[in-house]
Amino acid sequence: MNNEGVDKSKRQFLTTALTVVGAVGTGYLAVPFLAQMQPSVKAMAAGAPVEVDISKMEPGQLLRVEWRGKPVWILNRTPEILETLKTLDNELRDPLSQESIQPSSSKNQMRAIKPEIFVAIGLCTHLGCSPTYRPEIAPNDLGDKWKGGFFCPCHGSWFDLAGRVYRGVPAPTNLEIPPYRYVTDTQIIIGEEATAGASA
Amino acid sequence: MKPSRLTTYGNWVLDRFPLTKLWNDHMAQYYAPKNFNFWYFFGSLALLVLVNQFVTGILLTMNYKPDAQLAFDSVEYIMRDVNWGWLVRYMHSTGASAFFIVVYLHMFRGLLYGSFKQPRELIWIFGMLIFVALMAEAFMGYLLPWGQMSYWGAQVIISLFSAIPVVGDELSLWVRGDYVVSDATLNRFFAFHVISVPLVLVLLVFLHIVALHEVGSNNPDGIEIKKNKNANGIPLDGIPFHPYYTVKDIVGVGVFLVFFATVIFYMPEMGGYFLEHANFIPADPMKTPEHIAPVWYFTPFYAILRAIPDKFAGVIGMGGAIVVLFLLPWLDRSEVKSIRYRGGTYKKALLLFVISFLGLGYLGTQPATPAATTVARIFTAIYFGFFLLMPLYTRWEKAKPLPSRVTDQPSLEDRIPALIETYHEMTVQKPVTQEDGTTVMKRRPHPAGILNVITRLAIKLKKSLD
Repeated sequence: MNNEGVDKSKRQFLTTALTVVGAVGTGYLAVPFLAQMQPSVKAMAAGAPVEVDISKMEPGQLLRVEWRGKPVWILNRTPEILETLKTLDNELRDPLSQESIQPSSSKNQMRAIKPEIFVAIGLCTHLGCSPTYRPEIAPNDLGDKWKGGFFCPCHGSWFDLAGRVYRGVPAPTNLEIPPYRYVTDTQIIIGEEATAGASA
Repeated sequence: MKPSRLTTYGNWVLDRFPLTKLWNDHMAQYYAPKNFNFWYFFGSLALLVLVNQFVTGILLTMNYKPDAQLAFDSVEYIMRDVNWGWLVRYMHSTGASAFFIVVYLHMFRGLLYGSFKQPRELIWIFGMLIFVALMAEAFMGYLLPWGQMSYWGAQVIISLFSAIPVVGDELSLWVRGDYVVSDATLNRFFAFHVISVPLVLVLLVFLHIVALHEVGSNNPDGIEIKKNKNANGIPLDGIPFHPYYTVKDIVGVGVFLVFFATVIFYMPEMGGYFLEHANFIPADPMKTPEHIAPVWYFTPFYAILRAIPDKFAGVIGMGGAIVVLFLLPWLDRSEVKSIRYRGGTYKKALLLFVISFLGLGYLGTQPATPAATTVARIFTAIYFGFFLLMPLYTRWEKAKPLPSRVTDQPSLEDRIPALIETYHEMTVQKPVTQEDGTTVMKRRPHPAGILNVITRLAIKLKKSLD
């Protein structure tokens, strides 16, 4: 066979063109393959708002409800707790919640619509464990600096009773506050944003 | 003479498939150094455990249900109602821990004898990829029983991805397939655990062995046996893998199976280290167990994660602890491979590394108290120091002269007289009055002798570190 005079650049072009077309095709096919691992329509539709009656809560009591598969805490804070919270700013990473997630109605020092009632998603912002509620002051295992708060057993993150994170712990931001609003004074809905009028 | 029918059939196959060639290349005419010691058992043991995991894993899938509503109960069903289900499950769960024990020892052998060094860098890289695949496999398998530890362990590890800037949250959402760990997560982890990762593992093991058989095995002296060959091109210090090492490995298998069976039959949960107590409670998304810790084989890396007081840096530290291992062949600048001929610095550094690795492993199982965190930080610094300072201290230290041929080490049999002598030194004959009033001479511990032996051992240890 005579190989002289064969224009190899055409073969090269065809090979390159086929490779590019094949890569584009593979890329397109990868989209549905990868996207089918995204949350399904059903998973996205789940998560209707949850209505909670708080009339029977004792001072200092913590209520856990499930919203979108996550634990949501409702804490009835005593006046002593609120006093303590005002003194902690220097030990906190984000005392004013500038970098944390919360609805605007809860972006204040107490991180709540009404200071007495604290609502938060009970998952540590570090790696998603559910911290334990430790309201006692200076218990043996946590030491003298503990002023009451939430302690994450997984990696030792500290949060105060407004869900604000302490300095020098792994969690980067304060606990997330879900959207919620008051229907009446003793009834709240978790999962619906408070309007400016309702929060007043 | 007319060939037998078997030979005829055999030849039919051999004309179409290189069975004899494969057998010879990798077994009967694969020449391995003759001075392998017990550290060389763990490669073949890892292969044995891999087979164990495949067989028992396939049996488990026949009764397991990858469904958040059914998973926990189906595991209990396997344990209680399926014939021999408890045995199969305990073989699988103990096999997972055994896998990491033999793989960690196999990797440590590499550190001892420089098996990762030129020309075996790719063997080490494939081995590290196997280690990573194994961690993924173990992690996803641990979610399947859908107990409390399964659930919260998965929650924590998947959240690690969310520490990655920009794409992190999207990525962890994509991995979970839901906003929290849920049925979708369980189902896909089942698919990965049972199909994808095992396939990858088999492929990597194949590549690991192909690369090994291309360059040949290292040995405790760390010298290349291919440099001294006889007239037929066979290494003078090499012996055929089969039958010599197949038979030797069977001895290792026997010893291993004694331990393996003891755990399966007498301590399948290993005091909460192989199967954690909290995992006998069904998953509850509302409540994290008081004390959560990963299974023991992840605890060193988990302790590093916890020691660093910043989310992103912690994840980087944990990932970096594994990434530095990949770089090992290029970090080590020593001209010799084996610890037998290295200077004292590497020996001391390796000792410190082992202490900190075990220390981190222990701390990872314990609650994160401030004191424990401080110690974990020191160990983390040593862990990374061992690798990152390696280019310096391995270059500075002075290696001992290498032998040209592999050396003979005293075997266990040769050591028996010395052991008996030590036993005599540590004990003393004393008259003991028995119940019936007669007196007999019995050996009792001799404090001065014991002290002598310990002092000698300590001096020897110190000398061996120089």
